[in-house]
Amino acid sequence: MIESIKSGEMKADREAGKLTALLKQKFPNAVLDFHSHRSDETVVIERDSLDTVCRFLRDDSRCAFEIMLDITTVDGLEMNMKPRFEMVYHFKSLTHASRIRIKVPLEEDDCRIASISPIWKSADWYERECFDMFGIIFEGHPDLRRILMYEEFEGHPLRKDYPIDKQQPLMELKEIEERHTYGREL
Amino acid sequence: MTALQARMATSKSGADFSASVMTIEIGPAHPAMHGIVRLTTQLDGELIVGMEPEIGYLHRGFEKESENSKWIQVIPYTDRLNYVSPLLCNIGYSMAVEKLYGIEAPRRAEFTRVIMGEISRITDHLTCVGAAAMEIGAFTFFLWFIKAREYLWELVEEMTGARLTTNWTRFGGNSMDLPDGFLSDLEDRLSKLEDIMEECDKLLTRNKIFIDRVKDVGAISKEDALSYGFSGPMLRACGIPYDVRRADPYSVYDELDFEIPVGSTGDCFDRFLVRMEEIRQSTSIIKQAADKMPEGPFMTDERMLHYPDKKDVYGNIEGLIDHFKMVMEGHQPPEGEIYMPTEGGNGEMGFYLVSDGSGDPVRVRLRPPCFNFVQAMPLMTVGHYVADIVPIFGSINMIGGELDR
Repeated sequence: MIESIKSGEMKADREAGKLTALLKQKFPNAVLDFHSHRSDETVVIERDSLDTVCRFLRDDSRCAFEIMLDITTVDGLEMNMKPRFEMVYHFKSLTHASRIRIKVPLEEDDCRIASISPIWKSADWYERECFDMFGIIFEGHPDLRRILMYEEFEGHPLRKDYPIDKQQPLMELKEIEERHTYGREL
Repeated sequence: MTALQARMATSKSGADFSASVMTIEIGPAHPAMHGIVRLTTQLDGELIVGMEPEIGYLHRGFEKESENSKWIQVIPYTDRLNYVSPLLCNIGYSMAVEKLYGIEAPRRAEFTRVIMGEISRITDHLTCVGAAAMEIGAFTFFLWFIKAREYLWELVEEMTGARLTTNWTRFGGNSMDLPDGFLSDLEDRLSKLEDIMEECDKLLTRNKIFIDRVKDVGAISKEDALSYGFSGPMLRACGIPYDVRRADPYSVYDELDFEIPVGSTGDCFDRFLVRMEEIRQSTSIIKQAADKMPEGPFMTDERMLHYPDKKDVYGNIEGLIDHFKMVMEGHQPPEGEIYMPTEGGNGEMGFYLVSDGSGDPVRVRLRPPCFNFVQAMPLMTVGHYVADIVPIFGSINMIGGELDR
């Protein structure tokens, strides 16, 4: 039964949804691929147009994605994914009760991408987490530091080539003044 | 004019102002810091002029551990995410894997999940509201609410065998059916809960001392709340009626009748009122689900999702093969990626899963709802006084396990 569901859905997966069609029409060169597996509308775009597409998603009345739900990264090392990394963004629109997932492929030796924290505030910490866990550099981020791990931690733990049982030496306690840069604008 | 602007206006020069700023560390181990988080706070006298939250003290590598486990082995880890409502995490994860498979649990299992999920939501809100009230002096209220929570946790224990580490759902159903006499126990406990709610409502909702501490404290505007990615009671307190149970109905929530309470100003008092009303709504949802509880199986009969019956294992070749493959290979969801949003205790709890079809998860990602709230702490506290940190931090219901994963 599962097989029959799967093959039936494979066809539906390739039909472009309303938002996908809109993005394809608006940014014909930026959209690389799309699917709607299990009715999750997904659009793969190229890296340089992320900022423009995000601003369009928030400001255009046909999209109106008020909430930037989540940013995460997928490391495709074990799946032999080319390129290795994929940024995954989830958005929610309350006006149209719709959701969309935007994906951006990133090369391993050049994993840099524009920060979208000027567009949605919630991106600030999610991007810090992606930097911490995967080593993705977000250009234009106001304060790109580790968030869950400590400053001296070496490597990026959620990368597939980081061994799960690797241990790192304990750090000596530092003076409080050294730990922080307080001049941050709030 | 905020207190901060007033202070800056009266200050003679900028140099004077900055010379008086003092930095204090609140936490990581502080009684009002529910779990462990550090707030580096800059004070001008009693006034907060800057704040920087630092998180990660409870990071246990949930995602890394999950990606090095089998799909089914992740369920116990989800108990430890939001540890005051573990069943909601169990349900969220199991529903995400079911979406990956493209199957649904039987109706009896879904109704049972609704009941247990709403019990968990009530325990979550009781803990949050009770603890926040205790920290600003209402100790009786806390004891009453913990008593109510105990009644509900006994129900959870009756169902799952554990109070917190429940490990209850499976892919395509639940590990156990309703135990004998559960529904009558449920009715009894809910009436006790309603009595306590009525008493506590009288104790606190119109209490001048309480209102003075929480009214107009920690308010956040609609626009900021949306930009910071708020969801759950925190967003509803700002007046935006977004609830995943209503916006993207999952399970059997579309067959149940409930209201979504909203606030207007988004301050701590509105959050308190929204959570109190949600407890009442959840009680009503549980009653409806118990009334509508259908007969039938509590686990799917789909192959390769659970161990086959012993009579099949010993009686026919398919059963034997399925048993062997379940032991040796485990669950193998088809290739694909999904995002499954569910309404957790704190807001939208979404699991993003990627499978390559091999049986080892490629990516298990949880969207933690209180991540955004802690991020917005500076916005909510700057301009208030030190004493206001306690009610504000209490009202965001930070759960360390979910925040740091």
